[in-house]
Amino acid sequence: MKNVSKVFSNGTLALSDMSLDVKAGEFLSLLGPSGCGKSTALRIIAGLGDASSGTIDWPSSQLNSRGLPEGDISFVFQEPTLMPWQTVFGNVYLPLRLNGVSKSAAREQIMDTLATVGLADFAESYPRELSGGMKMRVSIARALVTHPRLLLMDEPFAALDEITRHKLNDDVLRLWQQTGVTVIFVTHSVYESAYLSNRIVVMKARPGQVYSDLALADHGVRDEHFRTSEAYRATCEQVSNALQQAIISAGGDH
Amino acid sequence: MSDITQTTSVQAASDAETEPRPIVPAKTSMSERWLRIGIPFSMLAAVILIWHLYVTINDVPHYILPGPALVVESLLNDWPTLFPALWITTKITFMALGLALIGGVGLAIFLVQSKWIELAFFPFAVVLQVTPIVAVAPLILIYAPNTQTALLICAFLVAFFPILSNMVAGLKSVDHNLLNLFDLYGASRWQQLIYLKIPAAQPYFMAGLRIGGGLALIAAVVAEFAAGSAGAESGLAFRLLESQYRLNIPRLFAALILLSLLGIAIFALTSFISWLALHKWHESSIKREN
Repeated sequence: MKNVSKVFSNGTLALSDMSLDVKAGEFLSLLGPSGCGKSTALRIIAGLGDASSGTIDWPSSQLNSRGLPEGDISFVFQEPTLMPWQTVFGNVYLPLRLNGVSKSAAREQIMDTLATVGLADFAESYPRELSGGMKMRVSIARALVTHPRLLLMDEPFAALDEITRHKLNDDVLRLWQQTGVTVIFVTHSVYESAYLSNRIVVMKARPGQVYSDLALADHGVRDEHFRTSEAYRATCEQVSNALQQAIISAGGDH
Repeated sequence: MSDITQTTSVQAASDAETEPRPIVPAKTSMSERWLRIGIPFSMLAAVILIWHLYVTINDVPHYILPGPALVVESLLNDWPTLFPALWITTKITFMALGLALIGGVGLAIFLVQSKWIELAFFPFAVVLQVTPIVAVAPLILIYAPNTQTALLICAFLVAFFPILSNMVAGLKSVDHNLLNLFDLYGASRWQQLIYLKIPAAQPYFMAGLRIGGGLALIAAVVAEFAAGSAGAESGLAFRLLESQYRLNIPRLFAALILLSLLGIAIFALTSFISWLALHKWHESSIKREN
């Protein structure tokens, strides 16, 4: 996935000449202070907003009418964004249903995906019966059910408590390792990005730009022990410093 | 009265569905259930008793205020006259409501397709909605081929707007992120309508249905007052007027009771439909747990 350059403007300059080259299989975190345009960048990649200038290049040749690789991109929003009138099963079925897959043909795929996020027993529940973390899992299952090659996540766990958040971080890591999907993960948490990613792109605000691009060494297994390890602490410090400098260079206020 | 009816029916239905609460002993909830049914009915019985006592003790003439027994007697004796009238009113109300549902939902879907369509039709919707229907009734009577059709049109117009405006609001109230999600998966306009907008509009539609159902009955009665129809094809409103002219007050009360029962039946029916559609997922139909 090659994302060349784009300038975005709606009165204010949200993104200015931002360039990003995402490699297949990466877990990339977009980190930055609020209002730095990281969500905007993600939405442009997803085709949910148009860039004022610049282009996004995709490696695959099969592009749909909107210039996106059909069925290859999934998006997880900050809120679970579930349809309350549908069961968990119905919500996960949605992307397949929109592609014209019949319910019986999709059943196995849906149940498998639900099993990977640990919700196989809740297929017939309605969203209102689930906790915040479980709703988020449904949202992730819905994103994964189409076996996408690129998973875009827009601060998906920002509204969750820390324990749930740690658990879901582990789940996302496990799914990333299992499926080999490329992930672009927008967050404003240094710790979350240091825990999850193998590459962290720090952005600065006004206008939104890439400030620094940190490739992280492979630390091996990431689990509860990793959270207390020296390597993790060093990464956090490095990322935190980069973020501080990004904020200072943007004028200090945020 | 009708409010209480609804609460108890919804309560009983949801009680039947949810599991028994472990901490609260079953005895308490049973006695509470009896009270829920008992209190409204004993209140009603008390009011009827006071009415009866007042009429007998003061010896009120029956052409001013008939006692409850006389009203029931009249209801039974005049049933051959009253029942066809009740049937006509019921028929007009439900036909009007049915047409209003088809028209209201259909037009709402058409209107939300483009903001230009909505802008073009908006003035008509406002003019028709704010003009009192009784004022338009004489005009409708001139244009309609017969009185029945005129009544139907009046009742339709009144029931139509709450359904239309609720449905438009509902179709527009879709979660923006869900719309984004549908865009992301390349959903067609049709898919967006069927899988997202119409289901999301359900709670609004149900509110419109309940308001429209009540208004259709009111309009069917008011329009008949305005039309002044007579003969075999007339509804309960005509029987009300006729009873008043003849000073047959017991029959007037009997007709009123029938109208009120019809209103309750419509309210219960629309509430039940709404409960059926929403009870599994929508907040309005879910009992608060804290």
